[in-house]
Amino acid sequence: MPKILRINCRTQEYSFDEVGQYAGLGGRALTSRIINKEVPATSHPLSAENKLVIASGLLGGSTAANSGRVSVGTKSPLTGGIKESNSGGLFGHRMPKLGLLAIVLEDKPEEDAPFSTLFITEDRVEFRDASDIAGMDTYPGHDKLLAEYGDKLCAAMIGPAGETLRKTATIQFTDPYKRPARSAGRGGTGAVLGSKKIKAIVLDPEVNVKVSAVDNDAFKEARSTWVSILKGHPVTAEGLPGFGTSVLVNVINEAGALPTKNFRFGQCDHAADISGEKIAEVITERGGKTTEGCHTGCIIQCSQQYNDANGNYLSSGFEYETVWAFGANAMIRDIDDIAMMDRLCDEKGMDTIEIGNTIAVAMDGGIIPWGDGKAAIELLKKVGTDDPMGMIIGNGVDFAGGAFGVERLPTVKGQSMPAYDPRAVKGVGVTYATTAMGADHTAGYGVTANVLGVGGTVDGHKKEGNVELSKNLQVATAAIDSMGFCLFVAFAVLDSENGVQIMADLVQSWTGNSFSVDDLVALGAGAMQDEQDFNERAGFSKVDDQLPRFFETDPLPPHNVVWDYTVDELQGAKA
Amino acid sequence: MGIEIKSFATLAKYLPENGQDYPIEPGETVRSLITKLGIPEKDVTLVFINALRSSLDSEIADGDRVGLFPPVGGG
Repeated sequence: MPKILRINCRTQEYSFDEVGQYAGLGGRALTSRIINKEVPATSHPLSAENKLVIASGLLGGSTAANSGRVSVGTKSPLTGGIKESNSGGLFGHRMPKLGLLAIVLEDKPEEDAPFSTLFITEDRVEFRDASDIAGMDTYPGHDKLLAEYGDKLCAAMIGPAGETLRKTATIQFTDPYKRPARSAGRGGTGAVLGSKKIKAIVLDPEVNVKVSAVDNDAFKEARSTWVSILKGHPVTAEGLPGFGTSVLVNVINEAGALPTKNFRFGQCDHAADISGEKIAEVITERGGKTTEGCHTGCIIQCSQQYNDANGNYLSSGFEYETVWAFGANAMIRDIDDIAMMDRLCDEKGMDTIEIGNTIAVAMDGGIIPWGDGKAAIELLKKVGTDDPMGMIIGNGVDFAGGAFGVERLPTVKGQSMPAYDPRAVKGVGVTYATTAMGADHTAGYGVTANVLGVGGTVDGHKKEGNVELSKNLQVATAAIDSMGFCLFVAFAVLDSENGVQIMADLVQSWTGNSFSVDDLVALGAGAMQDEQDFNERAGFSKVDDQLPRFFETDPLPPHNVVWDYTVDELQGAKA
Repeated sequence: MGIEIKSFATLAKYLPENGQDYPIEPGETVRSLITKLGIPEKDVTLVFINALRSSLDSEIADGDRVGLFPPVGGG
């Protein structure tokens, strides 16, 4: 049975524990339960009392398609509430092969302690000197780790943003192509790792504990049906691998819901220049890759490799949210500038959504001109240094907005909004307001029914049906996040008759524990209950389940829609 | 009567030369339009007319902007 590895970052003691009271949980359900039970809700996120939990899902280590995502849980330095940040990369499927279900980092050393690299093997943890990579951007730092540990390296690491405790700091994970290009993006989890003076975590590449399904025949049958479900839906089988997530630029623009110029407009004049179609064209011209997966066993392959004008690799994991934030919200038209900033965010280890929105706020505050990609690049390069401007930008929208005197701050619980204006896509707007995560689109992606025609149709301009839509999607998403699945499986599952049953069958046959559809729903609802419980004790109330007032007063062109929910109506979406 | 047609992703190849001012008949629907353009019905999942979600049965009026998408997703 996989264990929970606890590591004290001050004493350097560690123990491999039986799961005990946490039996039956994985991924987000596990990280949220541990944080809720073990972290005092009013502690400071950078203090010794905060913990960082990295967990694979219930299907971690298995050969089920698209089941290798990893969850990172903590009290967020950005929101002050509970956070689960989800990532691709190799970590999720590797942990069980070292006999691990979760890694819990506790306590912190003295302020001037040096950074360490944690080396984790089957029965031992070593704190190794990280002075050779401390202060480095993630790509060169990761190259050093590759040289030291070999080509089968599986690492998690922070960049300068995490080392300097920025609220936008990510944890970057090794991808299947030996790059630190996958991110636990939102909420500043990298700053928590930085506060504990951990630069990198390396899983021993030589350990390979054999893992297998408890009921192998049932698993193989469910696994095969699962593949047909994913291959049988046009979004997961053709749409996502064909043009990637940035295909949404033109879709959301056409729908009049693409937040432009710091959430002033719903359409961007130059949407075509930053669209998925344009990106695919540039990639093809320059010999990159228009389709690739982010973790072993992914059959959706929605990601890509973007090359620069000289035909050299520039970035990957270059996704719709990033393209929108810099390209439409901050009005930058040059796709190469945007790709450079995607790369810089991976190098410094910072959230592209939060940083893109912070750039838009910096433009709104007169720091740099609207749409100036080169000036934005210079601001990003300052993050991770002791330049006060870099310290401000690295701390996200609310902090920078306060520094620059900007009134228009599109945040909920301190986290800024993603690429769908809530006034025109109310199904995701309800999620932004009510999820414990802060303004988060993945937590309950109402865009499906509001815009994409997946899982039914609910009018995104009206209130009717959107609270229920968001609530149901929030529970389903929390369950998906707890099983280790990539959220994009939802596109296929929402339109299928047996998708949810097959997910339950996969978990039951893999783990050997009875696991029905009801158990799957309870897993997701339970994670949300832990999150809401923690946030309440952290001081959040229904007053924090609201959007900023300007969404109510400012109609969004072209449809001139406004946000019109009351606080009490929105509470209907809570678990 | 003329309309603006935008066809995206895998439908981009069906965009006619005169897509900026494409002639339509009175009573034209999205269905009759895509038939004229040679787009298989099963390939059209999302229809927007003047930024509002519409369907294959929706009628098109003079000066409308029609946006057509295959099945797509993202995050």
